[in-house]
Amino acid sequence: MTTLTDAWGWLTDSTHWTGPDGVGQRLLEHLVLTVVCLVLSCLIALPIALVLGHLGKGGALAVNLSNVGRAVPTFAVLVLLLLTPLGEIGEGPTVVALVLFAVPPLLTNAYVGMRGVDRGVVQAARGMGMTGRQMLWRVELPLALPMVLGGVRIAAVQLVATATIAALAGGGGLGRIITAGFNRASTPQVVAGAVLVAAFALLVEGLFEVVERAPGWARGRAAA
Amino acid sequence: MTAPPDDCLARNEWICGEYLSTRREILADAVWQHVQLTTLSVLIALLLAVPLALLARRWSPAAGPVLVLTTVLYTIPSLAMFSLLLPVYGLSASLVVAGLVLYSLTLLVRNILAGLRSVPEETRRAARGMGYGPVRLLLAVELPLALPAAMAGLRIATVSAVSLLTIGAIVGYGGLGNLIYAGMNTYFKAQVLTASVLCVVIAVAADLLLLGVQRLLTPWQRA
Repeated sequence: MTTLTDAWGWLTDSTHWTGPDGVGQRLLEHLVLTVVCLVLSCLIALPIALVLGHLGKGGALAVNLSNVGRAVPTFAVLVLLLLTPLGEIGEGPTVVALVLFAVPPLLTNAYVGMRGVDRGVVQAARGMGMTGRQMLWRVELPLALPMVLGGVRIAAVQLVATATIAALAGGGGLGRIITAGFNRASTPQVVAGAVLVAAFALLVEGLFEVVERAPGWARGRAAA
Repeated sequence: MTAPPDDCLARNEWICGEYLSTRREILADAVWQHVQLTTLSVLIALLLAVPLALLARRWSPAAGPVLVLTTVLYTIPSLAMFSLLLPVYGLSASLVVAGLVLYSLTLLVRNILAGLRSVPEETRRAARGMGYGPVRLLLAVELPLALPAAMAGLRIATVSAVSLLTIGAIVGYGGLGNLIYAGMNTYFKAQVLTASVLCVVIAVAADLLLLGVQRLLTPWQRA
């Protein structure tokens, strides 16, 4: 129990929140890394997945990519990238590793969502004389949106987790509080850092839960 | 004084036969620790997951909390999970095993529950009509029919555990992750690459092994 009160004491000590190693700075780093990488991976994965799903090609690749991604340890990829020339560019390895791990769930979910659209609806759209582009934007994408969003949610949570591991390989972000705590053998700091990371991850997950449940968004558009 | 040997170790190359032959024992020990810790974690998780899934299936008020709790656990990043357990277990192998059990538990409970729920109501009723009691219904009808979904969960959980164990390097019990961590600090390319590749090999081997077990256990699906 004393560890918890010590961790609480660490968290409420205002000197730990300011400065270049402070919680505020680490929180900002974590947030920026996550958002930048989420946008980057969406820009890479979604166009490919939507076009492949629309054409109905490359399914095996899109589906298996997620399984392969799971078998490759994030930490190993981070360290491997760190030892390449890329490692000399500040957050380079972290950003590349984060994007590598966010792309598979985005790709798989968007592809499966696009293929899951009722074939009858797609044929009806074609029968009405819609072009391929119109079918993609006005029929398939709105119907696949819940699945696509599900993929974005998994990718976002994955990014938060991977940004934490980046600290093990010398990157910034909230994980740095934990690794610094280990180096100082300060259990209160380790636990305080862990609580912050867990809270951040749960917040992201909760945010998506709210967005997905919001009426008139995913479901409303999907039903339209 | 003799000149340092000019081999791939001295040149710090990514792929190095010398490394494999001179560090064979270190590698074997790391692989053994990796296999041991992941197997232990997944087995404990499986022992806990089956009763939890059965409870959630039988007593529906339990289903909501069980699913919410496992989702929350799965969302917590691995480094944070190991750190949160630090006050309880200290710097030990149990810390890493406990963290992995919590992750595997999530995947297993979800999949076993999905499998149990996918058993058709008619099948259940037919078994009851044939005079099956609740225990026999569970063992002879429901569990076998839930096997494919449960095995899918077990495969995902095992592959994830193999990959996540590397993070255990932070407390010195990461199997091959220890070699990756040490290799990072000393800039030892051959060690990092070899350990990473071995990690993926273990994951793929475990997946294929479980696929084989699944085929043996569900002969009716092979046709």
